[in-house]
Amino acid sequence: MLSDLANRCRALFRRRAVEAELDDELRFHREREIEKHLRAGRTHQQAVRLTRLAFGGLDQVKESCREARGVEPIETLLRDLAFGLRMLRGNPGFSVIAVLTLAIGIGANTALFSVVNGVLLKPLPFPHPEQLVGLHESKPNFATGSISYPNFRDWQQANRTFSAIAITRGTGYSLTGRGDAEQLRALAVSSDFFSLLGVKPLLGRSFARGEDEIGAAPSVLVSEAFWRRKLGAAPDVLGQSLTLDGKDFTILGVVPASFGLQRYRISHADLYVPIGLWDNPLLPNRAAGLGIHGIGRLAPGVTLAQARADMERVTRNLAAAYPEADKGIGATLVPLKDEVVGEVRPLLLLLLSAVGFVLLIACVNVANLLLARSTGRAGEFAVRTALGASRGRLVRQLLTESVLLAAAGGGLGVLMAAWGTRAALGALPAALPRADEVGLDARVLLFTLAVSLAAGVLFGLVPALRISRASWHQTLKEGGRGASGARHRAQNAFVVVEMATALVLLIGAGLMIRSLGKLWGVDPGFRPDQVLTASIALPPAMMAANADAVRGAWRVVDDRLTVVPGLVCSSLSWGAVPLASEDDLLFWIEGRPRPANENEMSWALRYIVEPGYLQTLRIPLLRGRFFDTHDGERSVPVAVVDELFAKQFFGDRDPLHQRINFNPGVNFADRAEIVGVVGHTKQWGLDADDRHTLRAQVYLPFMQLPDAAMALTARNAQVMMRFAPGAPVAEANVRRALAGISSEHEIYRAQAMTEIVSESLAARRFSMILLGCFALLALTLASIGIYGVTSYLVGQKTHEIGVRIALGARRIDVLRLVLGEGVRTAILGAAVGVLAALGLTRLMSGLLYGVSSTDPLTFARVVLVLISVTVAACYLPARRAMGIDPTLALRRE
Amino acid sequence: MESARIDLPQGTLDLLILKTVALEPQHGWAISERVQQISSGVLHIQQGSLYPALHRLERRGWVKARWGTSENNRRAKFYELTGRGRKQLEAEESDWLRLTAAVAQVLGAS
Repeated sequence: MLSDLANRCRALFRRRAVEAELDDELRFHREREIEKHLRAGRTHQQAVRLTRLAFGGLDQVKESCREARGVEPIETLLRDLAFGLRMLRGNPGFSVIAVLTLAIGIGANTALFSVVNGVLLKPLPFPHPEQLVGLHESKPNFATGSISYPNFRDWQQANRTFSAIAITRGTGYSLTGRGDAEQLRALAVSSDFFSLLGVKPLLGRSFARGEDEIGAAPSVLVSEAFWRRKLGAAPDVLGQSLTLDGKDFTILGVVPASFGLQRYRISHADLYVPIGLWDNPLLPNRAAGLGIHGIGRLAPGVTLAQARADMERVTRNLAAAYPEADKGIGATLVPLKDEVVGEVRPLLLLLLSAVGFVLLIACVNVANLLLARSTGRAGEFAVRTALGASRGRLVRQLLTESVLLAAAGGGLGVLMAAWGTRAALGALPAALPRADEVGLDARVLLFTLAVSLAAGVLFGLVPALRISRASWHQTLKEGGRGASGARHRAQNAFVVVEMATALVLLIGAGLMIRSLGKLWGVDPGFRPDQVLTASIALPPAMMAANADAVRGAWRVVDDRLTVVPGLVCSSLSWGAVPLASEDDLLFWIEGRPRPANENEMSWALRYIVEPGYLQTLRIPLLRGRFFDTHDGERSVPVAVVDELFAKQFFGDRDPLHQRINFNPGVNFADRAEIVGVVGHTKQWGLDADDRHTLRAQVYLPFMQLPDAAMALTARNAQVMMRFAPGAPVAEANVRRALAGISSEHEIYRAQAMTEIVSESLAARRFSMILLGCFALLALTLASIGIYGVTSYLVGQKTHEIGVRIALGARRIDVLRLVLGEGVRTAILGAAVGVLAALGLTRLMSGLLYGVSSTDPLTFARVVLVLISVTVAACYLPARRAMGIDPTLALRRE
Repeated sequence: MESARIDLPQGTLDLLILKTVALEPQHGWAISERVQQISSGVLHIQQGSLYPALHRLERRGWVKARWGTSENNRRAKFYELTGRGRKQLEAEESDWLRLTAAVAQVLGAS
């Protein structure tokens, strides 16, 4: 066995030596044979002839010996590779075009697959991620509502299927006493949160059970980034305190930077505080919806269905025990990964299939090039066949060449992908969850390898089979021109495939563009241009102040904002912000029967704003009046509703002067009188708002916030500012103005309203741009394809066209002849493409807005574009055909 | 005379080669001469097919090759039987004898 291996290796690596030995051995034999015949008295010529007869073909014998040594496959491969490289080097124009075409196709596939891999395929970065679920309260018209703190505690106690559950709520703190005052992003969590996710603190410990109870001593975990940036990465920070919102929190530990899920509610924060310390007076209220959501880890071996059944039991018992608050409240369990990436899955799969189509077109193009090139090689292969090369041998040689091309394309493609992915993600950071986990890893490279090999075989096989099938004596007789008719049919079929594929992509992109166009045309109900939103925090001292002091401080801010250059009007806001944050309330209309419990009350979105709000966002006033400066803390509580609220709860009756009762205990005020009706704003996004169940809107005056709530606003309130046309919408100007009051007023997280609107469409735009790029790429490749085929055709028909011209055909006839052929192919391709698109675009209907997946206008336009491009691509060769000189063309034959 | 020769039955070439080199190391040409000689010209070996067979036997480790000097003082590749080759030869030889005996018996019985 070992000697066999040694032999094989020797044969493989010392090929030249082994070959020389074989030559020597066979030469020795022939010489002895000739000597024998000479000795028998024959002439030299006779001796040589007899020897050759007895011995057989020298090359065949050598080949059989090589085969007998058993290194044939590898050696052949090496020879094929060497030969293939020579062929490719010998024809650099062809090789460069083929490699580039493939690199684009494979590169785009690699880039997109690396995104799919990072976002969809890789497990979440936690131990046993399959056990993790997102937890929510299901409410009568809202499947993923927030979990109240008391319910969470009961869920924690009563469930039997989770090894742990935890809740989180995003919040913010203002840090003082360590350099400049700074607003920090924080996550309030229950004590099991970190152990549940398997996150070990870099330093110190995470929260212990009980430290997350209401009233526990203030403690905090800091993120590694914050620790390095603000605390100088000091190892002795444990036990020190941080002053947050004017209160001292003891540092317990440091959370490693690796923790966090981008674009999800547990994304990177500066601080982690126990949920019990979250300073909201409604926290202990069982019915309060405070934006708290949960995460659970299923006990080993428990299925999602079992956990759902278990939570069904838990919530049923709670509904029986607390009918006031918990009637109709259930639990929603969603696999965590679905929750994080579920939304982008269809989009990414759409893009992946689109980019697959691009590669298909690239392959077809290269196959076409190979076919065209085979003209020159038909003779070569015929000769080789005549000399005894088997058909399989020829196919293998050709496939080796095409796989070589694909490998080169793949290598270049990976480089392109590495660059392209980074560029795309850098340009659109907000569009994708887990974007930070995207990159080239082993799986992506394996994918690329597989795709390259498959591509090589795909585009190599058809030309290879076709060439090798050509009958060699026929070819030799024809003087090397080969079976042109069959090849032409194959090329035409290729072009039809390309056209059809390009058409499908163009239609997909067209539909996305139309959707986005429709969305941009959608009136959000307000005018976002020249509006800036930001958060403002009052100085930490105000956080312990009474409501009147806070109100006074906000009035100072309002006054101060008037000095900001270019500012037209502004409004503080403490509830929902259109497209950005949500807030809701429970109510019933006065004069109607009081609901028995909260779940029978009605829901509305809540906006707590100042008189300038309507003008700032340019929301139309439809009836009555909006708030004015007289709607203060000491005047009658008033409310304004939107048109949908009016229609939903009053129908045709007049809502003005009706009263709304608010759910006592959960909301701040008790009741308010409706004084006006305004236009509806699209809270849930330009596309999603129509589908949402919670759309009715109630506006309440900021200054009428009850004292308990007003005190809370010192921590942070939103401000909306409209600037004059042409004036800079600049956060810096606002900051400078606020600095005129005190250095402790903070403004942060400023964002232009147009940016918020545009961000709400970011995922759509991202996919539209990508799909558009892919479609353009496909169209370009396809037109190169049809250009190539038409040029080839004109070359082939030079003689025929020459004869026609000689017989009196006009140039226009020639033009018609050439264009007609191209357009016929394009129309056939378009027809196939339209049929395919009718079937395929239905799959993307979930991603469209305001346009049907079979929108005739889009289809018609795209077909028109395709045919125009075809005509353009055929025109150049057609012009060449028109210029054919009949005498030259005929002489050439 | 040409027509009197029998083409070598499949698989017997190996046996003949092994038998030939069993006596002493031989180079390819000598092996082919020897086989023809011993079989009194009845067996026809296409000389070219001898070499692939030799290389195959070498690969299987039944013969080993080394370069030596031929009887007329030229460099030649000599093949000799290995231990494993000897065992193989014995096995093939007895197989062959049993086969031919059986065939002869059948033919004689008719």
